[in-house]
Amino acid sequence: MAQTAEAVRGQSPPAPPPPGPPTPPRPRRRKIPTPYLLIAPALVLLVLVQLGPILQMVWNSLHSYTVRHLLPTAPAPEWNSFAHYATLLSDAEFWMILRNTVVVCALMVGVTMVLGTAVGNLLHRLPRWFSVTVSIGMMLAWATPAISASLVFRWLFLPERGLANVALDRLPDWLVGGGWLDYNWFLEPVPLFTVLILVIVWQSFPFVAVSVLAGLKSIPDELYEAARVDGAGGWRSFWSITFPMLRPLFALLLVLQIIWDLRVFTQLYILANSFQNKSVYLLSYYIYQQGFSASPANYGMGSAIAVVMTVMILAVTAYYLRIMIRQGETR
Amino acid sequence: MTATTTARASGAARAPRRRRTPPPVLARRAGAYAAGAAVLVFSVFPVYWMVATAFKPVGEIFSKDVRLFPGSLTLEHFDRVINGELIPGVNFWEFLGNSLLVTLGSVAAGALLSLLAAVAVARFRFKMRTAFIMVLMVIQMVPCEALIISIFINFRRLQDASGVQMLGNLTGILIVYTAFSLPITIMMLRGFVAAVPRELEEAAAIDGAGPWTVFWRILMPLVAPGLVAASIFAFITAWNEFIVALTFLGRSTEEYTLPLTLSYYFGRFGTEWGAIMAASTLLTLPVMAFFLFVQRRMVSGLTMGAVKG
Repeated sequence: MAQTAEAVRGQSPPAPPPPGPPTPPRPRRRKIPTPYLLIAPALVLLVLVQLGPILQMVWNSLHSYTVRHLLPTAPAPEWNSFAHYATLLSDAEFWMILRNTVVVCALMVGVTMVLGTAVGNLLHRLPRWFSVTVSIGMMLAWATPAISASLVFRWLFLPERGLANVALDRLPDWLVGGGWLDYNWFLEPVPLFTVLILVIVWQSFPFVAVSVLAGLKSIPDELYEAARVDGAGGWRSFWSITFPMLRPLFALLLVLQIIWDLRVFTQLYILANSFQNKSVYLLSYYIYQQGFSASPANYGMGSAIAVVMTVMILAVTAYYLRIMIRQGETR
Repeated sequence: MTATTTARASGAARAPRRRRTPPPVLARRAGAYAAGAAVLVFSVFPVYWMVATAFKPVGEIFSKDVRLFPGSLTLEHFDRVINGELIPGVNFWEFLGNSLLVTLGSVAAGALLSLLAAVAVARFRFKMRTAFIMVLMVIQMVPCEALIISIFINFRRLQDASGVQMLGNLTGILIVYTAFSLPITIMMLRGFVAAVPRELEEAAAIDGAGPWTVFWRILMPLVAPGLVAASIFAFITAWNEFIVALTFLGRSTEEYTLPLTLSYYFGRFGTEWGAIMAASTLLTLPVMAFFLFVQRRMVSGLTMGAVKG
């Protein structure tokens, strides 16, 4: 939008020639690269801390690179002709972790999107005072730092004293079964991932709900009224009006949730609480374990896993980038 | 659902529409209220449980007789967290100081760097401009979880080569936090700078104001709200950050930030849930306060061009 304003102004006759820097109108020293000076500090930092490390990650993944290569007298890491990738591809544990990552991420994203969209619609329908109250409550969940949220859920699901176990134990056995009091949620993949998904959904559905609510407010009421007169119910008008109108928003939210949920680390770190059990790893957890917890630390292997994760994210992001470019964000 | 629609449609045809609310609508409204209440409870309950546990006496936390509302309240956990030694030899204030230092430091550096870059992108047309924006957008997709090994190795090598300490103190994580918030804050600020009418600056320049005066007197006051929003965004990110601190601070416990302190506390004293919840509450309070300020901006900032959480 800003770009359009700029372009329009560039076309108006009294304005200075569009490509030139406008602030110093005096034509002296026209060639000073002011914009380059302005972006230089940010660019240096980005290259050093992000762009460079992206390339290094790829390089590391192709070399035998362990903690001993960091010693002052150590030789340079040796080229190992894709050995890390070959190992990963033939490693059943890696495939299990990759599968778990995809499945857990899909569940997190799916539940977050459905719940968030439903709550967004609900907020739109509720009277203002109640809608605002619920929104403020959701802000609390959204604002809770990942580490605090993980600790609270660990405490909620703790064997013997955790509220969830006590509550499940007190419910009638015919409903939920018995023996919940000392049930440990944090040992096996399915229960642990269940709690993990619950934490993530709890923290991320408010963002989806608030975004959908903002989107709904931009759709004219007349459309819904017309649909109602034509006999369409709530479900029908969602799929015939809301969804098509908000398709770009839903696409964006979906991509964001996938990217965020693929990299989940802190919550898993607290819930799993150790690196003993590979069956509860997710990709980012595996990267960290290889790089900093394994003995010896294997930077090459950790980087290879990081490359896999980055490729997955960039595959999703390609779609997002296309949306952004089409919306003119890069102009 | 069909019944409701017909009832509404025929109700609209008649004049006194609001008078006799047909029962299905009433039921539906009650359902919506109930669903809203459920969402409210689901959202607030874990936060309530954190705060409630923080105020419960130890005896009650240990008791298997779990109660939804605390039988009695105590400040002992907060007292222990704030006045005791969280980790042997280090107290709460030092960790709070570490967290504030690294957070405010990266916010200040980030605000300066991103404001400069945002002015360049919004006000100038230059050859690398599109490339720069594309780089920002791609870079912010790649999470620090993927880059952490490379950054760690770089810092370690730099430290060995130059003697400048990069790991085990706050310098390294301050640099990483600054860099990782830049793409978002630049994109957020770019919109604000572009929204300032250029005529204002041109008029001031004609009146004889130099570039600096134009910048400080015209641009800054109008961009300030955006700068505040972007800064709070960067503050929340740095304040909550965990994995970089975990990796780079290692065993230097006296340099820990608050999130790291919490995980250490949990690891060593797994049974002290009262103290852990009290510390979690203290960590959460500033974020919640700021969140209420920038909530709207968070939504538009995140859906506009910012991806990193």
